[in-house]
Amino acid sequence: MSIPAELQKEADRIAEIARGFGLDFYHTIFELVSYEELNQVASYGGFPIRYPHWRFGMEYEKLEKGHVYGLSKIYELVINNDPCYAYLMDTNALVDQKLVMAHVYGHADFFKNNLYFSKTNRRMMDQMANHGDRIRRYIDRHGLERVETFLDGALSIENLIDPHWVVADRRRPARVEEDEESMPSVRKIPSKEYMDSFVNPEEFMELQRRKLAEEQQRRRRFPERPERDVLAFLMEYAPIERWQRDILGIVREEGYYFAPQGMTKIMNEGWASYWHSRILTEKVLDDSEIVDYADHAAAVFSMPPGSFNPYKIGVELWRDIERRWDRGQFGPEFEECDDLEARASWDTGAGLGQEKIFEVRKLHNDITFIDTFLTADFCNRNQLFVSTYNERTKRYEISDRDFSKIKAQLLWHLTNSGQPIIAVENGNFENRGELLLLHDHQGVDLDLAYAEGTLRNIQRVWGRPVNIGTVVGGKPKILTHDGESFQDRDE
Amino acid sequence: MLLRIDRDHNRFKEIVKGRIKRDFRKYITREELVGRRGDRLVSIPVPQIELPRFRHGKNQAQGVGQGSGKEGDPADGAQGEGVGTAGDQPGRHMLEVEISYDELAQILGEELELPDIRPKGSKHTHQTKDRYTGIRATGPESLRHVKRTYKKALKRQIASGTYDPDNPIIIPIKEDKLYRSWKPSREPRANAAVFYLMDVSGSMGDEQKEIVRIESFWIDTWLRYQYRDVEFRYIVHDAVAHEVDRQTFFHLKESGGTKISSAYDLLGKILGEEYPAVDWNLYVFQFSDGDNWGSGDTERCLELLDEEFLPVVNLFAYGQVESPYGSGQFLKDVGSRFGESENLILSEIQDKDKVYDSIKEFLGKGR
Repeated sequence: MSIPAELQKEADRIAEIARGFGLDFYHTIFELVSYEELNQVASYGGFPIRYPHWRFGMEYEKLEKGHVYGLSKIYELVINNDPCYAYLMDTNALVDQKLVMAHVYGHADFFKNNLYFSKTNRRMMDQMANHGDRIRRYIDRHGLERVETFLDGALSIENLIDPHWVVADRRRPARVEEDEESMPSVRKIPSKEYMDSFVNPEEFMELQRRKLAEEQQRRRRFPERPERDVLAFLMEYAPIERWQRDILGIVREEGYYFAPQGMTKIMNEGWASYWHSRILTEKVLDDSEIVDYADHAAAVFSMPPGSFNPYKIGVELWRDIERRWDRGQFGPEFEECDDLEARASWDTGAGLGQEKIFEVRKLHNDITFIDTFLTADFCNRNQLFVSTYNERTKRYEISDRDFSKIKAQLLWHLTNSGQPIIAVENGNFENRGELLLLHDHQGVDLDLAYAEGTLRNIQRVWGRPVNIGTVVGGKPKILTHDGESFQDRDE
Repeated sequence: MLLRIDRDHNRFKEIVKGRIKRDFRKYITREELVGRRGDRLVSIPVPQIELPRFRHGKNQAQGVGQGSGKEGDPADGAQGEGVGTAGDQPGRHMLEVEISYDELAQILGEELELPDIRPKGSKHTHQTKDRYTGIRATGPESLRHVKRTYKKALKRQIASGTYDPDNPIIIPIKEDKLYRSWKPSREPRANAAVFYLMDVSGSMGDEQKEIVRIESFWIDTWLRYQYRDVEFRYIVHDAVAHEVDRQTFFHLKESGGTKISSAYDLLGKILGEEYPAVDWNLYVFQFSDGDNWGSGDTERCLELLDEEFLPVVNLFAYGQVESPYGSGQFLKDVGSRFGESENLILSEIQDKDKVYDSIKEFLGKGR
């Protein structure tokens, strides 16, 4: 599926220009595909081969419908791999192909250079095929139903990994053999009743009881610290078979592979958009193509009222950073300046814009990016606001335009990629071998219907009842699924 | 082109079908299903088939958006009160899944244990069907007739003396190859016509009509699956009867009295003029709240039933929808006159939940 010489020539030319701008990327291979193939690849998260699972089919169904009804059009697809793979749709016009190519080189540069991608497997393409083989083998051996059910359970918690380990070296989950010995009550030496207080003196018994309690206390604190990497915890301690452990490992590995993409969405999309627009408008397009390009760009960067388009905010932020550092609009002197007029026309001729954006793309993720570079001026200029769901009118309404609130809200959304923060608190809850997860409640409740389904799926892996401590409607609650029914109780 | 995703896609569709089957009783009374009929596909909303995972609830959520407007304005820029879709099904994310009528009918048949319909003999209508009966020397490889090809090769090798019985290797060359070919043949085919009769007098409320709508949807689905071509005719009546189109049938609101015989007269006229019983499998579904104008009219209805309809139709189904105004007398009258009859089915539908049983009664005879 290589691409025609004409397109390859364009790709090489654009790559040369991109390198001229200072972008640095792995060799990038473009594939020309039909829209069915593109939908397939997109359903597989960009990869040509994944393990068999119906959710890819569901993804495909959605994409296919979106395409047929003209609702969505996949814009570009690029895999973080060495070499980088990217796809061009065979029905696109040449100007679109050029746009996609330039955009792809932006992503490829980001993948290669951003800190948060530094630990990702650059041979993931092979690894994914490998995972596919393994799971297919398990299906042959253990039957589709069993493997699928287990995989459903594992995928239900694929997001329960520890984001800190994206940049750190992950510890390898080691199987810790459990101490099989059960905890007996304090044993008495057999004695006649009238001798009992001498043979088993009360102080000694008391001491023994305390020791036992301490022992149990220690046992109860398991894991010793709350464990964010729920998948790793289950791999180590759930009573499951080897192949099941392997499936958890596969899901976890892929989870860590995809995690940086979730953590840098605004930056990454913004970066790629920034570069495609510079490369195309400054070097590539001729006069006849510029209108088509502008039309396309307008669609990509459109932000319908009320929605949030990471392409748009991302690219605007990058441009803002470049402009500010070009004109020296940073540092204490600028921050302390209260004169609007002076701020607006502030220009020290610093010319540091290019240098700065390359530095930022190396070191930041979305959270630090927004935290550091979102300014009140920027929010005003782009008319950002906070919207809140109104129970009475059943819709989202503009609730605030205050800069600090907007920023806090954006950061909240980006924290843990907008997912609830959940950790394993106790692997021997109530001393009954039940699993206790803890939801770090940050003001928003869990969706209970989903929580029920998820607990049920974890229960299948854990074997014993699974609980989660959370807050529902302001009250601390523990939700439980024991495999048959779902309950909640006050904590 | 065969794509790798097809396997996952098919598996997904299987799961969806399983889900629909599991909750079929619930789906049967779903109004939105009825509203989503396309030509060949029905789109069915399936709740939460995606993998569950821990996520934030919706109602306390805040977001960031962009645009003009002051505080309290809707975030999406829309005017007026918001529509109540966001909140009424908390945490449920619907996925629209399309399945064909045939698949839906299969599920219906399996779940309600409906027997296949044995069509009445019909001599005059035919359909053409391709049958692979012939052999020819050209064709696609997929149709190659292996046995004949090798036979011919063997003959050629023997004739040319290249065949060695001790080393019986036969290699067909291009001239040996034979392919299956097809001939269109005409086959008799059963035709069906379905008549819906509904009482639209004042005593039939919206709720009653909704029940009729739901029932007719499933009846349509089943009969279309059983017969390739089905004609539908719709008759409404209060004191007089009219033939109307489908849209009008379900939305017409009349007031006034009720003369069921007026509809029967019209039905008899249409049957007599357009649908000779020898050629057609005829189905009549009548819905009413059972109120009729005087016993004289009922008497006339019973006569028509006895003399004109029951001898010719495959099935005459009368569904009596309970309404606060209807007496329900008609069902009793018909019941006491005919009792258990081969092709007359009487069903009382008290409310939506009874639709399931009523469909089963109507279609359970395999006629």
